[in-house]
Amino acid sequence: MLIPRVIPCLLLRGRGLVKTTQYSKPVYLGDPMNIVKLFNDKEVDELVLLDIDATREQRGPNFEVLAEIVSESFMPFAYGGGIRTLADVKKLFAMGIEKVILNSYAMENPDFIRVVAEQVGSQSVVVCLEIKRNFFGGWQLTTCGARRGVEGDVVEWAHKFQELGAGELLISSIDRDGMMKGYDLDLLCKVSSAVSVPVVACGGAGSIDDFRRAVEEGGAAAVAAGSLFVFQGPHRAVLITFPERATLEKLFNA
Amino acid sequence: MIVILDYGMGNVGSILNMLRKAGSEAVVSSTPSVIKGATKLILPGVGAFDIAMSRLRERGLVHLLNERALEDRIPLLGICLGAQLFCRTSEEGVGEGFGWVDADVRRFRFANEDRPLKVPHMGWNRVHPRSSEGLFAGLTESSRFYFSHSYHVVCHEESDVLGTFEYGGQFVAAVQKGNILGVQFHPEKSHLYGLRILANFAEL
Repeated sequence: MLIPRVIPCLLLRGRGLVKTTQYSKPVYLGDPMNIVKLFNDKEVDELVLLDIDATREQRGPNFEVLAEIVSESFMPFAYGGGIRTLADVKKLFAMGIEKVILNSYAMENPDFIRVVAEQVGSQSVVVCLEIKRNFFGGWQLTTCGARRGVEGDVVEWAHKFQELGAGELLISSIDRDGMMKGYDLDLLCKVSSAVSVPVVACGGAGSIDDFRRAVEEGGAAAVAAGSLFVFQGPHRAVLITFPERATLEKLFNA
Repeated sequence: MIVILDYGMGNVGSILNMLRKAGSEAVVSSTPSVIKGATKLILPGVGAFDIAMSRLRERGLVHLLNERALEDRIPLLGICLGAQLFCRTSEEGVGEGFGWVDADVRRFRFANEDRPLKVPHMGWNRVHPRSSEGLFAGLTESSRFYFSHSYHVVCHEESDVLGTFEYGGQFVAAVQKGNILGVQFHPEKSHLYGLRILANFAEL
């Protein structure tokens, strides 16, 4: 049977990797090549790389930087950030990226999801939903790095993306990002029970037990984390770590 | 020389990188003369069945591949969609595949169960090989591979099944019919397990 995937989520800013807290205060981590190589050596399940400036800077993916990063990775690599055209998508696949993560552009032009999925197959299309809690305790979908709100019910949006052809949904909690206090399990549960595609939890992992909870209580098919894998100790010193395979198998009772 | 077929669909870069790491010479090409001279062929595939077959047709490669597979009988490895193209038909499309393996491609269906499994089958899963030689030589039962697919191969001849995986039921993970080999998973994205598969293929 499938064991839930455990995925380091890396944020690209310019030519370096950073880590944010609630989508702000980015802290520099290091060179992407070195960090990806470290994860590669640790045989991680999959890697997610998000270019957090692309949309804001109104540009597409930085292919030059990506080509270098991807050439050494022998595990699945998903990329998101500034993807607006089918040509971008084809170029990303040609260089060895497994899946494209669509967000801002797809929110404004949902049909783009369908176009991409028809070309490359749903299994290669991820839609990232960046979600904030609103005043009334409910959830609000946002776009453009959490700077713009999107009208409508989050679960309905999730279902719509699935219908359009998304093969996977990356549910990212803005409030939980970098806080290491646990995932938003309610949100995960609501979304995962409404869709038949895999849901990937992101934002809030503070311990590997949070992974287990996201799967068992949140219905997540996979878990992504940033801070947990790149920081160590109360002073958040930069250190790249990843749990041993045996530990993860025991955790998920495989 | 191993030739990785470039028809605009599939992770040729990663396959090439991994073969090189395994110490094998390989090139990526869609040129008929290069394909004619190949000692082995790899057909990658990410995308949709009909689009893949029509891309091969557009490049004038269907007849040539039939020749290399059925007449010259060189070892051919299909990866993911590439392997599915070796079957007769697919529920994903309306056209026909090469039909080299007596099999058809069907969509995963779990809708009738209480807590239906997610589709696509996406992630790392164990493969149970039916032979400890050839493609799976040196790979134990604890080998894991990366899968990413909504459609799966259904073999009509049990003897063509080279390996299986479990996902709510037992499904075909790999096929072999003589010189024709196919794997549903992505060896080029399966770390050292995938590296072993490609290395084994190179040594066949």
